[in-house]
Amino acid sequence: MSEDMTLRLSLRQTQPIPLHADIKCGAGELLALVGPSGSGKTTILRAIAGLTRPEQGSIVCDDETWFDSDNNIHMPPQQRRIGFMFQDYALFPHLCALHNITAALGHLPAKTRTERAQQLMQQVHLEGLESRYPAQLSGGQRQRVALARALARDPAILLLDEPFSAVDQVTRRKLQQELARLRHSIKIPMILVTHDLDEASALADRIYALHRGTTLQDGSPSEVANRPKSALVARLMDHVNIFTASVVSHAPEKGITIINWQGSTLEANYNKDFAVGEIVNWLIPPSHIVMHRRDRPSRGEHENPVEGEIREVVSLGETTTVTMRIRQPEQKPGKESVGESGEEILSFTVSTHTARRNKLSELGTVTVSLLSEGIHLMPKIVEDRKF
Amino acid sequence: MDTLALELSLRLAFWTCVVLLPVSIFLGRLLAWSQFTGKGFVEAAIALPLVLPPTVLGYYLLVSMGNTSAIGQFYADLTGRNLVFSFDGLLLASIIFNLPFAVQPMQRAFEAIPNNVREAAWCCGMSRLRALWRIELPLAWPGLISALALTFAHTLGEFGVVLMVGGNIQGETQTIAIAIYDRVQAFDNPAAGTMSALLLVFSFVTIGSVYMLSHRRSHAHV
Repeated sequence: MSEDMTLRLSLRQTQPIPLHADIKCGAGELLALVGPSGSGKTTILRAIAGLTRPEQGSIVCDDETWFDSDNNIHMPPQQRRIGFMFQDYALFPHLCALHNITAALGHLPAKTRTERAQQLMQQVHLEGLESRYPAQLSGGQRQRVALARALARDPAILLLDEPFSAVDQVTRRKLQQELARLRHSIKIPMILVTHDLDEASALADRIYALHRGTTLQDGSPSEVANRPKSALVARLMDHVNIFTASVVSHAPEKGITIINWQGSTLEANYNKDFAVGEIVNWLIPPSHIVMHRRDRPSRGEHENPVEGEIREVVSLGETTTVTMRIRQPEQKPGKESVGESGEEILSFTVSTHTARRNKLSELGTVTVSLLSEGIHLMPKIVEDRKF
Repeated sequence: MDTLALELSLRLAFWTCVVLLPVSIFLGRLLAWSQFTGKGFVEAAIALPLVLPPTVLGYYLLVSMGNTSAIGQFYADLTGRNLVFSFDGLLLASIIFNLPFAVQPMQRAFEAIPNNVREAAWCCGMSRLRALWRIELPLAWPGLISALALTFAHTLGEFGVVLMVGGNIQGETQTIAIAIYDRVQAFDNPAAGTMSALLLVFSFVTIGSVYMLSHRRSHAHV
């Protein structure tokens, strides 16, 4: 295997699932395709594997062209050196674990296949289960056989289609840790399809956020999660506090941009990409919302204070999520502020202990500070609420 | 007891199975996994022998294989033999009237194989032929056994079409079912009774053993 093994793909398609994706993945890099159902992430994986033929584009892996619509090249899956792990593993039910793996060792001389398959079984910690049939294995064991089979072909790329979705939480954590360990020993591009953001953030070097087959943003997990390029990506990343405001002024010397949000003036992270007067979307992660304590002042109270009525308090173990309706300074009695439902709703989390100590209850009021370093501005999109 | 008729029936059933095995695998896979215009009509055409009276099917086969027909003439030019009232014609008719018995169980068996298992075989580097041999056929094994058992038994028992197309020529087209009819017509009940009992036992044992084999096979790995 060469060290500079990379995958480059550019796909365009209108039917049956629209695609407009450009992806590059380097050797040893684990890239996560993240998006809702129907966003085209599995279609991209299947296109790389040669299981589906996109309308237009090219797929080049390790300097070998697997697909090129202009030159009418479409290699069948058998000729592409891929390791594909299917969502429900797709093990061969009539073959034992060992033979499931030797089935993918057709490129080796017949007498060395069993030995190699046994090595792979050891690598995924399945020694002693060689003669078990898939129906006699647990979910986690099946998953390991599927991984060993995917690696058996000495692949140029590893494709993982929601590999952890069919196992329980504890097994999932264990298998994720094993994959994290394993990936350091395999220097090939790896593409993981998932809709589990935590999984993508924990395992991937880079995240590709997809929506309706289009790459919305790619970057490190923290970059995509904390600095989404648009409200669409923000919603994909599970942000709930996404609002609309207008840019009032820039103060580069202070590192801030002032925005007007329904009559309130907020200090946001400095962002020169937006002109004064421009309408923008902005978000704030719950981690950057600080609740003002009722008994004594706390850090950052001077920073973007916002008052509102508590709408809902939901405690889940140690964490309590508070949903508040913002009280706008210019809001007249009986008139709702802008926002699809006619009001701006902000969510933040506090420890259940804090919620109890501050006697947070529904129908009460609460004041929070929106820390300016957490306020991220994005271009305004029309359909942001329709996502 | 007419051993000649029994031997002819077995020979006809054997060759029908031999010819229909690859045909039913091909058609079964096609109908299970491909979508194409007119698929419903193809399925209907294959199922037609199930609902048509054997005499109707036999009549059309007789007409289309007769010496004046294009198929009959072509066959005569090619081999110097007639299709109608010959073993060759009987075999062709047998293949046609057994199509639903061979194709439908195969189609159901292939439909039961998850798509991603086939795709996993290709992703493992197996050629389509190898995937068929190593993955698809072993998984479709019960369907294949059913197809062969039904075809075999049905060929032994078919009467109407055989009589229409083959007539009743001893050693050439007289199958055991027709021989039984022939003996009954001649008031030779003991011979008819022996042959009927033999056919009954033979059919039962054949079908019973293949079903048992298929059950053992399909439960072996679960």
